[in-house]
Amino acid sequence: MSTVAQEAVAPPVRLGVIRWIGFKTIIIREYGRIIRIWGQTIVPSAVTATLYFLIFGSLIGRRVGAMGGFDYMQYIAPGVIMMAVIQNSYANVVSSFFGAKFGKHVEEMLVAPLPSWVIVSGYVGGGVVRGLLVGSGVTIVALLFTHLHVHHFFVIVASVLLTSITFSLGGFLNALYAKNFDQVNFIPTFVLTPLTYLGGVFYSVSVLPPLARTVSYANPILHMVNAFRFGFLGVSDIDIRVAFSLMIAAAVALFTAAVLLMNRGTGIRE
Amino acid sequence: MNALSVRALTKTYNNGIQALKGVDLEVEQGDFFALLGPNGAGKTTLIGIVTSLVNKTAGTVSVFGHDIDRELEAAKACIGVVPQELNFNQFETPYTIVVNQAGFYGIARPVARERAEKYLKQLQLWDRRDKMSRGLSGGMKRRLMIARALMHEPRLLILDEPTAGVDIEIRRSMWDFLRDINAQGTTIILTTHYLEEAETLCRNIAIINGGLIVERDRMSSLLRRLNTETFVLNLRNSLAAAPKLEGYGIVLVDDHTLEVETAKEQNLNDVFARLSSLGIEVLSMRNKVNRLEEIFMRLVEGRNGTAANGSGGGGAGVAADGRTAAADGRTAAVNGGPGAPVRAAAGQGERS
Repeated sequence: MSTVAQEAVAPPVRLGVIRWIGFKTIIIREYGRIIRIWGQTIVPSAVTATLYFLIFGSLIGRRVGAMGGFDYMQYIAPGVIMMAVIQNSYANVVSSFFGAKFGKHVEEMLVAPLPSWVIVSGYVGGGVVRGLLVGSGVTIVALLFTHLHVHHFFVIVASVLLTSITFSLGGFLNALYAKNFDQVNFIPTFVLTPLTYLGGVFYSVSVLPPLARTVSYANPILHMVNAFRFGFLGVSDIDIRVAFSLMIAAAVALFTAAVLLMNRGTGIRE
Repeated sequence: MNALSVRALTKTYNNGIQALKGVDLEVEQGDFFALLGPNGAGKTTLIGIVTSLVNKTAGTVSVFGHDIDRELEAAKACIGVVPQELNFNQFETPYTIVVNQAGFYGIARPVARERAEKYLKQLQLWDRRDKMSRGLSGGMKRRLMIARALMHEPRLLILDEPTAGVDIEIRRSMWDFLRDINAQGTTIILTTHYLEEAETLCRNIAIINGGLIVERDRMSSLLRRLNTETFVLNLRNSLAAAPKLEGYGIVLVDDHTLEVETAKEQNLNDVFARLSSLGIEVLSMRNKVNRLEEIFMRLVEGRNGTAANGSGGGGAGVAADGRTAAADGRTAAVNGGPGAPVRAAAGQGERS
């Protein structure tokens, strides 16, 4: 049969429309999951943040005094918000995508006409949605304890989005490689948590000894927290141009890796 | 146009198992096609490659003219698949599952909602649409996967054992449903272990064994090739030994039951007359096995070299062809049909 005849018979496949609706559908599904299990996805970070502000801010913070020219509660607030964004963006994607692998419903997307980059983008979108939802909740909690200035709105938005995207991608890669739930929990517990606590959330690296300070600069979370803090307070331990360059480079590198691995079928196809 | 065209398809898994050894297969648009084979024959691997859940090692696959190497998304847009294993999120509701699936195929939300109502009603799941799907019965879960596969109204529907574990009443209602959508133009490829299902529904058939297509023909042509049939006779009085009937294979199953194997050219009246003359009264009679099942067993067992002669008599024609081709290790055309090619097995049994 001629090509012309085939085209006359076959309905047109609108790949652009499929990709856009498919992307939105993944995000809607992720949002539905976040809301369905809100007790696990949203509430814990708000509770933890309340405890941080109560203990580190109100009780211990009074004795710490000023840090970076601001009272301690104000100084740690951006870091605590960013910590919630990092942990929840990562956790959402790693648990959701690994769960889809484990329950085999990842096949719903793999058999559909969605290229890998759309699936990765959709899951990252879901991670960003949860990161922003939880980040907003923690911000509200922070406002109950202190007041937050907005020094540079664009820096706040850009740094929170880039951080959320980067850690969502990290969660995606973790889920691709994970073969069991132990491997899902390994990175958050033994890598992410130490890096976060040592990433300048509760202190300025200026208080560290020189060697520890130098080592801290290798911690990407330090750059993200400080860029975010700069957006609120206008102070930072590092040059935010370096921080943004790092975040953009990390996001691009991780996205590329995720798409290449998906195309190859790593962790999802035999 | 062919709905599916597969050429020289091979798949070797990382553990060295060669699941497909050069499969050639064509399925015409509008067909209701059976793909049969024993466990581990390569059916699910073949379907996995067509639906891009499994990476192929070599060969080509095209769906309605879209090569999966060059136009994967366009090819996938044409396919709906109902897998063998449950693969939906059991914590979501049927309604959410089917509406989201439509979204993955680019169906806008309002249209997806209309289709969800249509297909969930047709498959008798509408009343359960807002219940968590893990609470559905086994049959409902199977039907949910069919509804999900139909949401983008695919041109090619692939069903991998869709009625496994489903009771006979629901199975038959699913058959009616599948016949309807096939009549409306959807090409269907069915794998099943219920050979009655394949015989009832499908017009064309391929049998895969050991990673190769060992038979491809029209269902009616294949069934015509069966040279013998075995009947089970229930007797009024008990027998101590099987009677001797020249030209027939007779087995005494128990003291009130005989199995009689007849060749195609033989006459059942002759059997009854001879039994009558021996004072044996027949109360009732039935076919021992489904006809397709008999052919299937001869082909598959013949290939594996475990049951060379089937049940004896004159019925070893198909198996004999198969064994000859297997021994020669070459491609051969067997027994007419619409010029259907048959690739001979390379004389190897299954390894998976």
